[in-house]
Amino acid sequence: MNIVVCVKQVPDTESPRKLKSDDNTLDRAAADGVINELCEYAIEEALLIKEAHGGEVTVLTMGPDKATESIRKALAMGADKAVHLVDDALVGSDALQTSYALQQLVGRAGADLVIMGSESTDARTGVLAAMLSERLGWPQLTLANKVEIAGTAVTIQRQTDTGFDKVEASLPAVISVVEKINEPRYPSFKGIMAAKKKPVESLSVADAGIDAGQVGVANAYSAVVDHADAPARAKGQVVGDEGDGGVKIADFLASKKFV
Amino acid sequence: MAEILVLVDHANGEVKKVTFELLTLARSLGEASAVWIGPGYEAAADKIAEYGPAKVYVAADAELNDYVAAPKVEVLQQLAAGAGAILVPATAEGKEIAGRLAVRLDSGVLTDVVGVTGDLVAEHSIFGGGVIAHAKVTKGTPIIAVRPNAIALAAQAGSPAVEQVSVALSDAAKAAKITDRVVQEKGERPDLTEASIVVSGGRGVGGAENFKIIEGLADSLGAAVGASRAATDAGWYPHQFQVGQTGKTVSPQLYIAAGISGAIQHRAGMQTSKTIIAINKDPEAPIFELVDYGVVGDLFQVVPQLTEEIGKRK
Repeated sequence: MNIVVCVKQVPDTESPRKLKSDDNTLDRAAADGVINELCEYAIEEALLIKEAHGGEVTVLTMGPDKATESIRKALAMGADKAVHLVDDALVGSDALQTSYALQQLVGRAGADLVIMGSESTDARTGVLAAMLSERLGWPQLTLANKVEIAGTAVTIQRQTDTGFDKVEASLPAVISVVEKINEPRYPSFKGIMAAKKKPVESLSVADAGIDAGQVGVANAYSAVVDHADAPARAKGQVVGDEGDGGVKIADFLASKKFV
Repeated sequence: MAEILVLVDHANGEVKKVTFELLTLARSLGEASAVWIGPGYEAAADKIAEYGPAKVYVAADAELNDYVAAPKVEVLQQLAAGAGAILVPATAEGKEIAGRLAVRLDSGVLTDVVGVTGDLVAEHSIFGGGVIAHAKVTKGTPIIAVRPNAIALAAQAGSPAVEQVSVALSDAAKAAKITDRVVQEKGERPDLTEASIVVSGGRGVGGAENFKIIEGLADSLGAAVGASRAATDAGWYPHQFQVGQTGKTVSPQLYIAAGISGAIQHRAGMQTSKTIIAINKDPEAPIFELVDYGVVGDLFQVVPQLTEEIGKRK
């Protein structure tokens, strides 16, 4: 089975994240890049499926040169090979454009199964797996906290606000995962060394058969018109508990008419 | 005035509050039309009418609820011609419907929006609330997913025209079939993302049993219960109640954090709450940087006292 994992490099939440002042796109230089956390869960799930059912795990990344760091991590965890779509024409692409680009990459890779995190920590749109499923015409098995495969039948538990739904479909399919699904492995030293020899194919937009007129900030379906730092919160009052901490909070709640 | 379509969010016969927020917003943007998908509209009709849609489209086929997202996308696609915008709740399902619909309609989509002005400029609160950005759809029919609790409710009674919609589901729409719905935590508490008060517990709660203290405080306030990642990872509270970067984003009127240090990942899920209260033993806990009122103390002393005090004052 050919399993494709879509991986995104994102600005580290612990470092300053901002938009650029000129075109309101993400300032990737301002922050350290890390692999999006939920992508690690997607890689882990792909490796578990491969270990149970055989096949090959291919990592797809769209992003700048330094996204190779995230590719190396995925390969060190155990993915077999990677495809890196890197082209200045892609800068500022929105989710619709990204899903279009990924569709071309998935088509090239000949996947039976696409796995990705349910959202990224930077944009947090949570739409990409659904969009890709729509574009590919494959079933949407999103927000999975458990995946079971038997032959070409796939069953997942889809996380809901009240518990989970059981959802079934046939391969090929698009799966997105939530963090509850597994515990991503740490790359071993052996894995890190092996990753250096694994193939990474670097593609331009033209190489991937992507129409440059469909991607990039100038062709986006939406535009950020302005941005500003959120106003700082007024400094609140912090008191020590002298046996009456609960009463003091109740007084505060009463002053704000919550009780 | 352009028609503004609003996807009604409902489950088990109950219409979610975000629906009324979306209808309120839609009325400020054009002529609001509610889109009801699935059986059971009759029981909800009066409640929906209170928020003033001019029209309600009803696609009543029970089968529409048996598949993930795609059937709702088909209904909205049928109705989209001529609409000025389509509003959906920025819930996990709502955003997925918005995403698929955007591909179908070749239209731009804006997610996790906290406000929309008359010219359809949407406000986002991004990077965990650190940055406010304004964005506009530049191609097609704007599809906008609006965060629950972001829009102030305003009722406006009306008597909407009801139009039945029939949908022939394609095989593609039936590709992901829901075979069972399992409810893990059924309570009388409000939905986490919709609640006006949220009480959350974290590492300091120390164990699953102790979450009763958090639940007791929540119940005294009619609040939802949330949990930090430390608490859900430890298995003390179910994952769907996690507030934070990899969990739910909440924006209630009041957020009470007990035994939560306030790591940046947690703050990303709650720092746009209107009023924030924290109880933590560690005076250096970063959560205190956000609070309107904080108590440095043992939550096992402070929280039960607070619960009792609220009971007395009711």
